[in-house]
Amino acid sequence: MNHDALHILLADDDDDDRLFFKDAIEEVKVKTVVTMVNDGVELMDYLNKFDIQLPNLVFLDLNMPRKGGMECLKEIRSNNRLKDISIAIYSTSGLEKDIEETFVKGANIYIKKPNDFEVLKDILAKVITINWQYHTSGLNRENFLLNIQ
Amino acid sequence: MKLHIKYDMNICSRIILREQMDKLQLPYTITGLGEIEIKETVSTEKYEELETNLNKYAIEIINNPKNVFTQKIKDAIVEMVYLEEPLATIKNSAYLAKKLNRSYTYISGVFSEVTFTSIQNFIILQKIERAKQEIIEGKETLTEIAWKLNFNSVAHLSNEFKKNTGLTPTAFQRIIKKRKETDFTSQQ
Repeated sequence: MNHDALHILLADDDDDDRLFFKDAIEEVKVKTVVTMVNDGVELMDYLNKFDIQLPNLVFLDLNMPRKGGMECLKEIRSNNRLKDISIAIYSTSGLEKDIEETFVKGANIYIKKPNDFEVLKDILAKVITINWQYHTSGLNRENFLLNIQ
Repeated sequence: MKLHIKYDMNICSRIILREQMDKLQLPYTITGLGEIEIKETVSTEKYEELETNLNKYAIEIINNPKNVFTQKIKDAIVEMVYLEEPLATIKNSAYLAKKLNRSYTYISGVFSEVTFTSIQNFIILQKIERAKQEIIEGKETLTEIAWKLNFNSVAHLSNEFKKNTGLTPTAFQRIIKKRKETDFTSQQ
Protein backbone atom coordinates (compact mmCIF):
# COMPACT_ATOMS: atom_id res chain seq x y z
CA MET A 1 0.00 0.00 0.00
CA ASN A 2 1.14 3.56 -0.36
CA HIS A 3 2.31 4.11 3.22
CA ASP A 4 4.93 1.37 3.03
CA ALA A 5 8.34 2.01 1.39
CA LEU A 6 10.07 -0.47 -0.90
CA HIS A 7 13.60 -1.31 0.26
CA ILE A 8 16.06 -1.44 -2.60
CA LEU A 9 19.72 -2.43 -2.59
CA LEU A 10 22.12 -1.75 -5.45
CA ALA A 11 25.42 -3.62 -5.80
CA ASP A 12 27.59 -1.88 -8.39
CA ASP A 13 31.30 -1.01 -8.39
CA ASP A 14 30.97 1.97 -10.75
CA ASP A 15 30.52 5.40 -9.04
CA ASP A 16 28.82 7.00 -12.05
CA ASP A 17 26.41 4.08 -12.52
CA ARG A 18 25.46 4.27 -8.85
CA LEU A 19 24.77 8.00 -9.04
CA PHE A 20 22.85 7.58 -12.29
CA PHE A 21 20.73 4.90 -10.64
CA LYS A 22 20.09 6.93 -7.48
CA ASP A 23 18.93 9.99 -9.46
CA ALA A 24 16.64 7.88 -11.63
CA ILE A 25 15.09 6.06 -8.66
CA GLU A 26 14.28 9.34 -6.94
CA GLU A 27 11.95 10.19 -9.82
CA VAL A 28 9.83 7.05 -9.43
CA LYS A 29 6.45 7.62 -7.76
CA VAL A 30 6.55 4.62 -5.43
CA LYS A 31 8.22 5.42 -2.11
CA THR A 32 11.65 3.76 -1.90
CA VAL A 33 14.57 3.50 0.51
CA VAL A 34 17.86 2.84 -1.30
CA THR A 35 21.08 1.29 0.04
CA MET A 36 24.24 0.94 -2.04
CA VAL A 37 27.22 -1.38 -1.84
CA ASN A 38 30.37 -1.46 -3.96
CA ASP A 39 30.86 -5.12 -4.72
CA GLY A 40 29.77 -8.70 -4.09
CA VAL A 41 31.65 -9.17 -0.82
CA GLU A 42 30.03 -6.06 0.69
CA LEU A 43 26.68 -7.25 -0.63
CA MET A 44 26.83 -10.67 1.00
CA ASP A 45 28.23 -9.20 4.25
CA TYR A 46 25.28 -6.80 4.32
CA LEU A 47 22.65 -9.44 3.58
CA ASN A 48 24.08 -11.83 6.15
CA LYS A 49 23.75 -9.37 9.03
CA PHE A 50 20.97 -10.45 11.35
CA ASP A 51 19.80 -7.10 12.63
CA ILE A 52 18.95 -5.34 9.37
CA GLN A 53 15.63 -5.15 7.54
CA LEU A 54 16.17 -7.19 4.41
CA PRO A 55 15.68 -5.40 1.09
CA ASN A 56 12.67 -6.30 -1.08
CA LEU A 57 14.60 -5.83 -4.30
CA VAL A 58 18.32 -6.18 -5.04
CA PHE A 59 19.90 -4.82 -8.23
CA LEU A 60 22.99 -6.85 -8.99
CA ASP A 61 25.71 -5.86 -11.45
CA LEU A 62 27.22 -8.96 -13.01
CA ASN A 63 30.73 -7.56 -13.36
CA MET A 64 32.04 -6.63 -9.94
CA PRO A 65 35.50 -7.09 -8.44
CA ARG A 66 36.11 -9.45 -5.48
CA LYS A 67 32.81 -11.28 -5.98
CA GLY A 68 30.72 -11.08 -9.15
CA GLY A 69 26.96 -11.05 -9.70
CA MET A 70 26.53 -14.71 -10.72
CA GLU A 71 28.29 -15.92 -7.58
CA CYS A 72 26.14 -13.63 -5.40
CA LEU A 73 23.03 -14.84 -7.21
CA LYS A 74 23.88 -18.46 -6.41
CA GLU A 75 24.62 -17.64 -2.77
CA ILE A 76 21.44 -15.63 -2.29
CA ARG A 77 19.25 -18.28 -3.88
CA SER A 78 20.70 -21.08 -1.77
CA ASN A 79 20.00 -19.15 1.43
CA ASN A 80 16.51 -19.80 2.74
CA ARG A 81 16.53 -16.63 4.80
CA LEU A 82 16.82 -14.50 1.64
CA LYS A 83 14.17 -16.24 -0.43
CA ASP A 84 11.67 -13.37 -0.44
CA ILE A 85 14.10 -10.94 -2.05
CA SER A 86 13.50 -10.17 -5.72
CA ILE A 87 16.74 -10.05 -7.68
CA ALA A 88 17.29 -7.84 -10.71
CA ILE A 89 20.41 -8.46 -12.75
CA TYR A 90 21.68 -5.12 -13.97
CA SER A 91 24.22 -5.70 -16.69
CA THR A 92 25.88 -4.39 -19.84
CA SER A 93 25.54 -7.81 -21.52
CA GLY A 94 22.53 -8.57 -23.72
CA LEU A 95 23.18 -12.14 -24.86
CA GLU A 96 20.02 -14.25 -24.72
CA LYS A 97 21.95 -17.26 -23.47
CA ASP A 98 23.34 -15.28 -20.51
CA ILE A 99 19.94 -13.82 -19.77
CA GLU A 100 18.27 -17.22 -19.65
CA GLU A 101 21.06 -18.55 -17.46
CA THR A 102 20.47 -15.85 -14.86
CA PHE A 103 16.74 -16.65 -14.83
CA VAL A 104 17.45 -20.36 -14.47
CA LYS A 105 19.80 -19.56 -11.56
CA GLY A 106 17.00 -17.67 -9.84
CA ALA A 107 17.05 -14.04 -10.97
CA ASN A 108 13.63 -12.44 -11.31
CA ILE A 109 14.51 -9.53 -13.53
CA TYR A 110 17.14 -8.88 -16.17
CA ILE A 111 17.95 -5.33 -17.20
CA LYS A 112 20.40 -4.37 -19.89
CA LYS A 113 21.99 -1.12 -18.62
CA PRO A 114 20.76 1.79 -20.76
CA ASN A 115 22.93 4.80 -21.59
CA ASP A 116 20.05 7.21 -21.59
CA PHE A 117 18.83 8.65 -18.26
CA GLU A 118 15.21 8.93 -19.39
CA VAL A 119 15.23 5.29 -20.49
CA LEU A 120 16.67 4.24 -17.11
CA LYS A 121 13.94 6.19 -15.33
CA ASP A 122 11.25 4.42 -17.33
CA ILE A 123 12.81 1.03 -16.75
CA LEU A 124 13.14 1.56 -13.00
CA ALA A 125 9.57 2.85 -12.81
CA LYS A 126 8.34 -0.28 -14.57
CA VAL A 127 10.44 -2.67 -12.48
CA ILE A 128 9.54 -1.04 -9.20
CA THR A 129 5.84 -0.81 -10.00
CA ILE A 130 5.63 -4.45 -11.02
CA ASN A 131 7.70 -5.56 -8.04
CA TRP A 132 5.43 -3.46 -5.84
CA GLN A 133 2.44 -5.33 -7.26
CA TYR A 134 4.09 -8.61 -6.27
CA HIS A 135 4.90 -7.25 -2.82
CA THR A 136 1.36 -6.04 -2.12
CA SER A 137 -0.90 -8.37 -4.08
CA GLY A 138 0.33 -11.75 -2.85
CA LEU A 139 1.41 -12.88 -6.31
CA ASN A 140 3.77 -15.82 -6.60
CA ARG A 141 7.30 -14.39 -6.70
CA GLU A 142 8.74 -17.68 -7.92
CA ASN A 143 7.00 -17.07 -11.25
CA PHE A 144 8.14 -13.48 -11.39
CA LEU A 145 10.32 -13.15 -14.49
CA LEU A 146 10.89 -9.90 -16.31
CA ASN A 147 13.33 -9.32 -19.14
CA ILE A 148 14.00 -5.71 -20.15
CA GLN A 149 16.13 -5.02 -23.19
CA MET B 1 14.22 -36.48 -2.06
CA LYS B 2 12.64 -33.64 -3.97
CA LEU B 3 8.96 -32.85 -3.64
CA HIS B 4 7.09 -30.71 -6.13
CA ILE B 5 4.10 -29.13 -4.54
CA LYS B 6 1.23 -27.02 -5.66
CA TYR B 7 -0.72 -24.85 -3.30
CA ASP B 8 -3.66 -22.53 -3.30
CA MET B 9 -2.83 -19.27 -1.51
CA ASN B 10 -6.50 -18.47 -1.01
CA ILE B 11 -7.08 -21.67 0.92
CA CYS B 12 -3.84 -21.26 2.89
CA SER B 13 -4.65 -17.70 3.94
CA ARG B 14 -8.21 -18.57 4.86
CA ILE B 15 -7.03 -21.39 7.13
CA ILE B 16 -4.52 -19.06 8.80
CA LEU B 17 -7.25 -16.44 9.30
CA ARG B 18 -9.58 -19.00 10.84
CA GLU B 19 -6.90 -20.27 13.20
CA GLN B 20 -6.04 -16.75 14.37
CA MET B 21 -9.67 -15.72 14.68
CA ASP B 22 -10.47 -18.88 16.66
CA LYS B 23 -7.75 -17.93 19.13
CA LEU B 24 -9.65 -14.72 19.85
CA GLN B 25 -12.70 -16.71 20.91
CA LEU B 26 -15.18 -14.23 19.47
CA PRO B 27 -18.01 -15.02 17.06
CA TYR B 28 -16.99 -14.05 13.51
CA THR B 29 -17.73 -14.61 9.84
CA ILE B 30 -15.24 -14.42 6.98
CA THR B 31 -17.23 -12.82 4.17
CA GLY B 32 -14.70 -13.71 1.50
CA LEU B 33 -13.98 -10.25 0.13
CA GLY B 34 -11.01 -9.68 2.43
CA GLU B 35 -13.51 -8.91 5.17
CA ILE B 36 -14.07 -10.43 8.57
CA GLU B 37 -17.12 -9.47 10.54
CA ILE B 38 -16.76 -9.81 14.31
CA LYS B 39 -20.12 -9.96 16.01
CA GLU B 40 -19.08 -8.42 19.33
CA THR B 41 -16.98 -5.43 20.32
CA VAL B 42 -13.29 -6.20 20.40
CA SER B 43 -11.09 -4.86 23.22
CA THR B 44 -8.00 -2.89 22.17
CA GLU B 45 -5.86 -5.62 23.72
CA LYS B 46 -7.44 -8.36 21.65
CA TYR B 47 -7.33 -6.21 18.50
CA GLU B 48 -3.61 -5.59 18.97
CA GLU B 49 -2.98 -9.25 19.72
CA LEU B 50 -4.83 -10.22 16.56
CA GLU B 51 -2.93 -7.66 14.51
CA THR B 52 0.45 -8.87 15.85
CA ASN B 53 -0.43 -12.50 15.15
CA LEU B 54 -1.65 -11.76 11.64
CA ASN B 55 1.43 -9.63 10.88
CA LYS B 56 3.59 -12.71 11.44
CA TYR B 57 1.93 -14.13 8.32
CA ALA B 58 2.28 -10.83 6.43
CA ILE B 59 -1.48 -10.35 6.77
CA GLU B 60 -2.35 -6.73 7.46
CA ILE B 61 -5.46 -5.11 8.85
CA ILE B 62 -6.21 -2.17 6.55
CA ASN B 63 -7.45 1.11 8.01
CA ASN B 64 -7.65 3.75 5.29
CA PRO B 65 -11.02 3.67 3.42
CA LYS B 66 -9.44 4.08 0.00
CA ASN B 67 -6.98 1.29 0.76
CA VAL B 68 -9.88 -0.85 1.93
CA PHE B 69 -11.76 -0.20 -1.29
CA THR B 70 -8.66 -0.86 -3.40
CA GLN B 71 -8.28 -4.25 -1.76
CA LYS B 72 -11.92 -4.97 -2.67
CA ILE B 73 -11.19 -3.98 -6.27
CA LYS B 74 -8.18 -6.30 -6.37
CA ASP B 75 -10.19 -9.15 -4.89
CA ALA B 76 -12.97 -8.61 -7.44
CA ILE B 77 -10.45 -8.57 -10.30
CA VAL B 78 -8.76 -11.77 -9.10
CA GLU B 79 -12.15 -13.43 -8.80
CA MET B 80 -13.01 -12.29 -12.34
CA VAL B 81 -9.73 -13.55 -13.82
CA TYR B 82 -9.90 -16.93 -12.10
CA LEU B 83 -13.43 -17.79 -13.17
CA GLU B 84 -13.68 -21.22 -14.75
CA GLU B 85 -15.86 -19.99 -17.60
CA PRO B 86 -14.70 -16.73 -19.19
CA LEU B 87 -17.23 -13.92 -19.31
CA ALA B 88 -17.18 -13.35 -23.04
CA THR B 89 -20.27 -11.19 -23.14
CA ILE B 90 -19.57 -8.69 -20.40
CA LYS B 91 -16.79 -6.10 -20.35
CA ASN B 92 -14.38 -5.89 -17.41
CA SER B 93 -15.55 -2.38 -16.56
CA ALA B 94 -19.22 -3.43 -16.47
CA TYR B 95 -18.42 -6.49 -14.35
CA LEU B 96 -16.47 -4.46 -11.78
CA ALA B 97 -18.99 -1.63 -11.66
CA LYS B 98 -21.76 -4.13 -10.97
CA LYS B 99 -19.76 -6.19 -8.47
CA LEU B 100 -18.58 -3.18 -6.44
CA ASN B 101 -21.71 -1.12 -6.88
CA ARG B 102 -19.87 2.06 -7.93
CA SER B 103 -19.20 3.70 -11.28
CA TYR B 104 -16.18 2.46 -13.15
CA THR B 105 -14.81 6.02 -13.23
CA TYR B 106 -14.78 6.11 -9.43
CA ILE B 107 -13.31 2.62 -9.18
CA SER B 108 -10.46 3.28 -11.60
CA GLY B 109 -9.77 6.68 -10.01
CA VAL B 110 -9.30 5.26 -6.50
CA PHE B 111 -7.28 2.33 -7.82
CA SER B 112 -4.81 4.54 -9.67
CA GLU B 113 -4.47 6.90 -6.74
CA VAL B 114 -3.62 4.14 -4.29
CA THR B 115 -1.57 1.77 -6.43
CA PHE B 116 0.10 4.17 -8.91
CA THR B 117 -0.99 1.90 -11.73
CA SER B 118 -4.17 1.40 -13.79
CA ILE B 119 -6.86 -1.25 -13.42
CA GLN B 120 -6.16 -2.39 -16.97
CA ASN B 121 -2.52 -3.05 -16.06
CA PHE B 122 -3.54 -4.93 -12.95
CA ILE B 123 -6.01 -7.08 -14.88
CA ILE B 124 -3.37 -7.97 -17.47
CA LEU B 125 -0.91 -8.74 -14.67
CA GLN B 126 -3.40 -11.14 -13.06
CA LYS B 127 -4.19 -12.78 -16.39
CA ILE B 128 -0.50 -13.28 -17.12
CA GLU B 129 -0.05 -14.70 -13.62
CA ARG B 130 -2.79 -17.21 -14.25
CA ALA B 131 -1.32 -18.00 -17.67
CA LYS B 132 2.04 -18.69 -15.97
CA GLN B 133 0.43 -21.12 -13.55
CA GLU B 134 -1.42 -22.90 -16.36
CA ILE B 135 1.77 -23.09 -18.43
CA ILE B 136 3.68 -24.58 -15.48
CA GLU B 137 0.95 -27.14 -14.83
CA GLY B 138 1.25 -28.13 -18.48
CA LYS B 139 -2.26 -29.59 -18.74
CA GLU B 140 -3.59 -27.17 -21.35
CA THR B 141 -2.38 -25.85 -24.67
CA LEU B 142 -1.68 -22.17 -25.21
CA THR B 143 -4.83 -21.99 -27.32
CA GLU B 144 -6.95 -23.32 -24.46
CA ILE B 145 -5.26 -20.96 -22.01
CA ALA B 146 -5.87 -17.99 -24.32
CA TRP B 147 -9.57 -18.84 -24.56
CA LYS B 148 -9.93 -19.38 -20.81
CA LEU B 149 -8.41 -15.98 -20.11
CA ASN B 150 -10.51 -14.13 -22.63
CA PHE B 151 -7.70 -13.22 -25.01
CA ASN B 152 -8.66 -12.75 -28.68
CA SER B 153 -6.15 -15.37 -29.86
CA VAL B 154 -2.96 -17.23 -28.93
CA ALA B 155 -0.99 -14.47 -30.66
CA HIS B 156 -2.74 -11.92 -28.43
CA LEU B 157 -1.82 -13.93 -25.31
CA SER B 158 1.79 -14.36 -26.49
CA ASN B 159 2.07 -10.65 -27.26
CA GLU B 160 0.73 -9.58 -23.88
CA PHE B 161 2.89 -12.20 -22.19
CA LYS B 162 6.01 -10.98 -24.01
CA LYS B 163 5.10 -7.32 -23.43
CA ASN B 164 4.62 -8.00 -19.75
CA THR B 165 7.57 -10.29 -19.06
CA GLY B 166 9.97 -9.75 -21.96
CA LEU B 167 9.87 -13.50 -22.57
CA THR B 168 7.72 -15.66 -24.83
CA PRO B 169 5.50 -18.24 -23.12
CA THR B 170 7.78 -20.95 -24.56
CA ALA B 171 10.96 -19.38 -23.17
CA PHE B 172 9.20 -19.03 -19.82
CA GLN B 173 8.26 -22.69 -19.83
CA ARG B 174 11.82 -23.66 -20.72
CA ILE B 175 13.31 -21.59 -17.89
CA ILE B 176 10.91 -22.96 -15.27
CA LYS B 177 11.66 -26.51 -16.43
CA LYS B 178 15.44 -25.92 -16.16
CA ARG B 179 15.01 -24.36 -12.73
CA LYS B 180 13.27 -27.47 -11.47
CA GLU B 181 16.02 -29.65 -12.84
CA THR B 182 18.82 -27.76 -11.07
CA ASP B 183 19.41 -28.14 -7.37
CA PHE B 184 17.45 -25.17 -6.22
CA THR B 185 16.87 -25.60 -2.50
CA SER B 186 15.34 -22.26 -1.58
CA GLN B 187 12.81 -22.21 -4.41
CA GLN B 188 11.21 -25.61 -3.59
